[in-house]
Amino acid sequence: MTRFLAKRGILIGVMLLGLLTLTFFISHVAPGDPAHLRAGPDATPEMVEVIRVKYGLDKPLMTQFYVYLKGMLVGDWGESIHSSRKVWDELVIYFPNTAELVIFSILIAIVLGVPIGVLAAVNQNTAIDHFLRVLSISGVALPMFWLGLMLQLFFALKHPLFPLNGQLHVLLDPPDPITHLILVDSLLRGQWSLFINAAQHMVLPALTLSVPGMASIIRVNRAEMLETLNKDYIVNARAQGLSAFRIIGMYALRNAMLATMAMIGLRFGWMLGGTVMVETVFDWPGVGLYAVNGAINNDFAPIIGSTIVLGFFFMLTNLVIDIIYGVLDPRVRTQI
Amino acid sequence: MSESPLLSIQDFSLEFNTFDGVYQAIADVNIDLAKGESLGIVGETGCGKSVTAKSILKLVPSPPGRVRAGRILFNGEDLVQASEERMRAIRGLDIAMIFQDPMTFLNPVFTVGNQLVDVIMAHQRFLPQRESRSRREARDYAIEMLRKVHLPNPETQFHNYPHQLSGGMRQRVLIAMALSGRPQILIADEPTTALDVTIQAQILDLIGELMKDLGLSVILITHDLGVVALLCNRVVVMYSGQVVEDASVKALFDNPAHPYTQGLLAAVPHPGRSSGVLSGIPGQLPNLLDPPKGCRFQARCSKAMAACGEMAPLKRIGKDQSVACWLYGEDGHA
Ligand SMILES: Nc1ncnc2c1ncn2[C@@H]1O[C@H](COP(=O)(O)OP(=O)(O)OP(=O)(O)O)[C@@H](O)[C@H]1O
Ligand SMILES: [Mg+2]
Repeated sequence: MTRFLAKRGILIGVMLLGLLTLTFFISHVAPGDPAHLRAGPDATPEMVEVIRVKYGLDKPLMTQFYVYLKGMLVGDWGESIHSSRKVWDELVIYFPNTAELVIFSILIAIVLGVPIGVLAAVNQNTAIDHFLRVLSISGVALPMFWLGLMLQLFFALKHPLFPLNGQLHVLLDPPDPITHLILVDSLLRGQWSLFINAAQHMVLPALTLSVPGMASIIRVNRAEMLETLNKDYIVNARAQGLSAFRIIGMYALRNAMLATMAMIGLRFGWMLGGTVMVETVFDWPGVGLYAVNGAINNDFAPIIGSTIVLGFFFMLTNLVIDIIYGVLDPRVRTQI
Repeated sequence: MSESPLLSIQDFSLEFNTFDGVYQAIADVNIDLAKGESLGIVGETGCGKSVTAKSILKLVPSPPGRVRAGRILFNGEDLVQASEERMRAIRGLDIAMIFQDPMTFLNPVFTVGNQLVDVIMAHQRFLPQRESRSRREARDYAIEMLRKVHLPNPETQFHNYPHQLSGGMRQRVLIAMALSGRPQILIADEPTTALDVTIQAQILDLIGELMKDLGLSVILITHDLGVVALLCNRVVVMYSGQVVEDASVKALFDNPAHPYTQGLLAAVPHPGRSSGVLSGIPGQLPNLLDPPKGCRFQARCSKAMAACGEMAPLKRIGKDQSVACWLYGEDGHA
């Protein structure tokens, strides 16, 4: 296990380095002169040159890259032109909001998707199965922004069951941070009304973000369950008199979950990308919205910072998923 | 067999609905198993041995499988009509089954001990109160069962996963599982085919030993006439979903009556010696999507005649021998 973790740690380091390199060079081939942008539209050529020297933008590319890498490693992630604040400090505020949204969404996708997949498999080729298939295919096919808008229209405007957007009512203050996740912290501090308000705000964006993932989890889990239920060890379990509940819920599901876990990992990464869309639609103060604003303002440091944070988060969750794999499958466990 | 048999398969027909049509896998099968008897079922691959065996425990998936006719009487109760709940009380407790490939019949993600305890616990609700066990007691009983099937180091193996055990050890675990409910009948579907020759002998010895110790009635399915000679006292020969001959082992080897059985034995010159190949008979298996009327062996039979267009009933031709063939007249002679 320690060897496995060490190996994965090194791998994550290498991938991060790759990600850092990639973001740096992409930002340098992108159109727009950073010195110009920083100086503002009314700046004279002299002022632009002053800025260029001040930020080292006149140095050779490799020197700039070296300075950039060093800065990233010590937490100096540059500053946003738009807000003139340090990117690191802003991400510390925005990232927990995104993490909360994504974790909640993947939980919804798993908690609903896995049992629905089982239900479809157990009722293969019946009306239930066909109905669930239509649902899951639409879930994958629907554009997310459209789904988000429709949910807003229906459940926030027409029938105001949930707030339209935002993360918390404007007049409420977030709880004193423990984990920086508002739902968790308000619970830990026993601030119930705050918790309820935050949960209400979470429902629509989390649902929007979870639907495509849930749909693919349903599809994979259904297919895997069908395959597993045909396995010899299921025949044996039946021959020995085990109950259908135990056979489906334990003997088959645990095996089916092996493949479903892979899909959950993929979908988690995909959701991180999806936050860009969902956070924009729901005005959710997270990394996705932060990156979008950076892009609109041609503000590179926030975009790079967001990319690195989301990338790192993705790598970590994949590590977690591989560990869960080991827990589920003893054959993998002996290898790691 | 004047006494009524423990298990009686009567005029049993089963078909599969496939994409290409209705596949008539089992046709009018009659097999009886008396108490304490050890019955072999032989026949070449695809002749319906496993489907027949699984039908007893209602394990044939449906769809595609469908019983078209017949009864399977166990102590007088028709299992074909039994509910799934009723079958759960029978599986493992009255009739247990072990299968061909120990590699694939254990769940890869649970320890063997866990699976064994699960089976023991599943039986609890069908046992009288005084016999009920806690999970702890079930664990002790599981280890006792593992010891009974001579699994080396049962306490250690209990915590191992199937992939950590050899094929022979896994088959022992499966046997322990099958016998943990103290069934009256054990159905063994080619229990040694997937194992090495030396391990095969050990497992066969074990089955023989348990048969005696526990007073089991056994249905042993095999390709191997040597195994039949070793463990069985009666044998049923199947061909393409039909029973063609039913005889004591001695009668079958001394005086095979059905032309198919004769061909089968000719392919194995020494009954004591095992052989993987059963069929030395020219010709092909009939297409069961559109089977010939009557005897399914007729196209390959050198003695076929007009009457073969209708299936002959199993007819007693000797003290311990019945055959389904028109060659044998009313007096029981060819
Ligand atoms: N689920 C199923 N769907 C369709 N056909 C099936 C199914 N299961 C079995 N069959 C068919 O039924 C026939 C009998 O199969 P069965 O498994 O009983 O053969 P067998 O005598 O046990 O052969 P073997 O010695 O190879 O185990 C075969 O031709 C097989 O193709
Ligand atoms: Mg078979």
